[in-house]
Amino acid sequence: MYQYDEYDQRLVDQRVAQFRDQTRRFLAGELPEDEFRALRLRNGLYLQRFAPMLRIAVPYGLLSSTQLRMLARIARTYDKGYGHFTTRQNLQFNWPRLEQVPDILADLASVQMHAIQTSGNCIRNITADHLAGVAADELVDPRPYCEITRQWATFHPEFNWLPRKFKIAFSSSTTDRAATQVHDIGVHIVRSEVGELGYSIYVGGGLGRMPMLAHCIRPFLPEADLLSYLEAVLRIYNRLGRRDNIHRARIKILVKELGPERFTELVEAEWAQIDRAAFALSAEALTRMRAHFTAPAYAADAAADPRFDAAVRADRAFAAFVKRNVRAHRVDGYKVVFVSLKAPGVAPGDITAEQMDRVAALADRYSFGEVRATHDQNLVLADVAQSDVHAVWLALRDAGLATPNIGLLTDLICCPGLDFCSLANAGSIGVAADINDRFDALDHLYDIGELKLKMSGCMNGCGHHSVGHIGILGVDKKGEEWYQVTLGGSAENDASLGDRTGPSFSRAQIADAVERIIAVYLEQRRSEDEAFLACYRRIGMAPFKARLYAEEAVA
Amino acid sequence: MRLVKRNGVIGADPYRRLADDAPLIDGPVIVSWTRWMQEQATLQHCAQPIGVQLPNTTDLAAAWPLLANRPLIELEFPAFGDGRAYSQAVLLRQRYRYAGELRAQGLAVVQDQAAELLRCGFDSFALRADQPSDGFIERLKTAGQQTWYQHGLEPTVAHVGARRNHRADVHV
Repeated sequence: MYQYDEYDQRLVDQRVAQFRDQTRRFLAGELPEDEFRALRLRNGLYLQRFAPMLRIAVPYGLLSSTQLRMLARIARTYDKGYGHFTTRQNLQFNWPRLEQVPDILADLASVQMHAIQTSGNCIRNITADHLAGVAADELVDPRPYCEITRQWATFHPEFNWLPRKFKIAFSSSTTDRAATQVHDIGVHIVRSEVGELGYSIYVGGGLGRMPMLAHCIRPFLPEADLLSYLEAVLRIYNRLGRRDNIHRARIKILVKELGPERFTELVEAEWAQIDRAAFALSAEALTRMRAHFTAPAYAADAAADPRFDAAVRADRAFAAFVKRNVRAHRVDGYKVVFVSLKAPGVAPGDITAEQMDRVAALADRYSFGEVRATHDQNLVLADVAQSDVHAVWLALRDAGLATPNIGLLTDLICCPGLDFCSLANAGSIGVAADINDRFDALDHLYDIGELKLKMSGCMNGCGHHSVGHIGILGVDKKGEEWYQVTLGGSAENDASLGDRTGPSFSRAQIADAVERIIAVYLEQRRSEDEAFLACYRRIGMAPFKARLYAEEAVA
Repeated sequence: MRLVKRNGVIGADPYRRLADDAPLIDGPVIVSWTRWMQEQATLQHCAQPIGVQLPNTTDLAAAWPLLANRPLIELEFPAFGDGRAYSQAVLLRQRYRYAGELRAQGLAVVQDQAAELLRCGFDSFALRADQPSDGFIERLKTAGQQTWYQHGLEPTVAHVGARRNHRADVHV
């Protein structure tokens, strides 16, 4: 993974000193509250319902075991002993004290981490496929491009005070696992018809109260021109994005109001005038960056080891784990192992300091010292020799991290909701727990198969409800929590926004509503091979609506 | 109003701000973009230095021909978090090669944005009234030690050159 040199380290250390000074000035009454707010958000710090919340950047989801241990230490020292992985591959602490945040940032800097630009109206953490470098369907490893973009975006002096937050995601595979089409910019790494490497650039996607899918504004951009093109898009946005209404300030609104064609013309005209040579990625620079992301030293004889197959045959529980939480690796003899942060009774994405330490130890022993965070709020040990998978499973099970539910209904993604977030209208963690309870009979789950349930506690859509196969959105109705349901969303290559079922459901009705939706699917699907999304797209909303709003449903 | 120059020197502003309906006075003055557009045919020929204050919504592609020979352009930051003038500054310096005085004025002219302002090519700063000047000047003076990943537009960028030779991973 990327290693800081002295220059990178100095940049992060300087930021810690700057924020320490800003915090001191704020506490001394020398810095106005609204200005400190804008500055602290750029350092990941929110003031939340109960306490500050600190969001730490995990660039494109990649963590070393050393970094994960530091997160565990911070959780113990400054927080209540746990953290929360988010839908943007970052980690949040919910209970730090404002005065201690500069110390936390200094601790993070000691392991090449920071909270820079994890919030505020600036370019946020770059996200990518959590299977980067190990996926069989990958064209090239997207992480060198992510790191280049991360550096370009960090403290960009021209684009640090944008109309609104700005999120960039990369994908380089047949299956888009990074939800790129619901980002402000989605970069797909592609090959042209003549085999040159480059990018398709998507702009204007986003979730929140006006969910939209991004438009492809440039089908092919040459590899060297990534940063000059990003400059062009950001400059158009910085100049023309709306600043009069926070709810209309994202680039998706600019794209919509101008129309994608006009927006594209403006970007292309700007790009034509930019000194592309000054921004061009040289072959040498790309080679040097790629060298940070080389494949680990895989054992040549890993595939010969028979223990994995033998264990699958011998142990049904292990076989269930393998079926759901283990994926193929591009290298024969290695497996990708998912660490589920969706155990029943635990808020999705939550992990204790003890669990972080255990995962770090497993990474060191079995996966070359690296861990990835997924946008579905799980972790991944990406390079486990097949002979070790059983041992990893036993250790994960012992740590409560082996729930065999990756991709299933109970692997739902969910924002912190009313329990923690000052923006939320409604609780989401409690509803997640209800749904978990109702569906925790795992055999039942296996019948249901691949189903992405995504839930947000408010319109801001941190839980990505608009692109859930089943989406749940918490709304406030006269002081009560209600839940709107959408069906048929997807954040993958076939991206689509979910359709509203109709009137919303009360807290007491919502788990039952999900059960009715599942029941209709199970009755209507052609076979177990027809997943929920495919079935919905075939039969449409009517049968679901009929069941959901039948007389007894509202009773 | 305290005016701080790029080199950290603080002093009185030689320019006086002229209201749109005020008669022209002797000495350096700053007029609004509206007035400049209306009266530039005559003001153009005045011997005194006349600077122009440009709203942050003005499209430079259209405005530049009317601004090219001005000794001073003042860009506005109407809110602490409104960064439009950063793009105007970069365009003026980089695309149009504007070499006159580029002044930052408004709610973002504070020590917490001093390094970015400098980096985007501003070379004079109308310090916000509530700002202690020592903090702002300190930031200007230490800005040369600050590390960046991007090209800079301030005149002395030795450290950026160092980075460029050193590694060149991004475009630096």
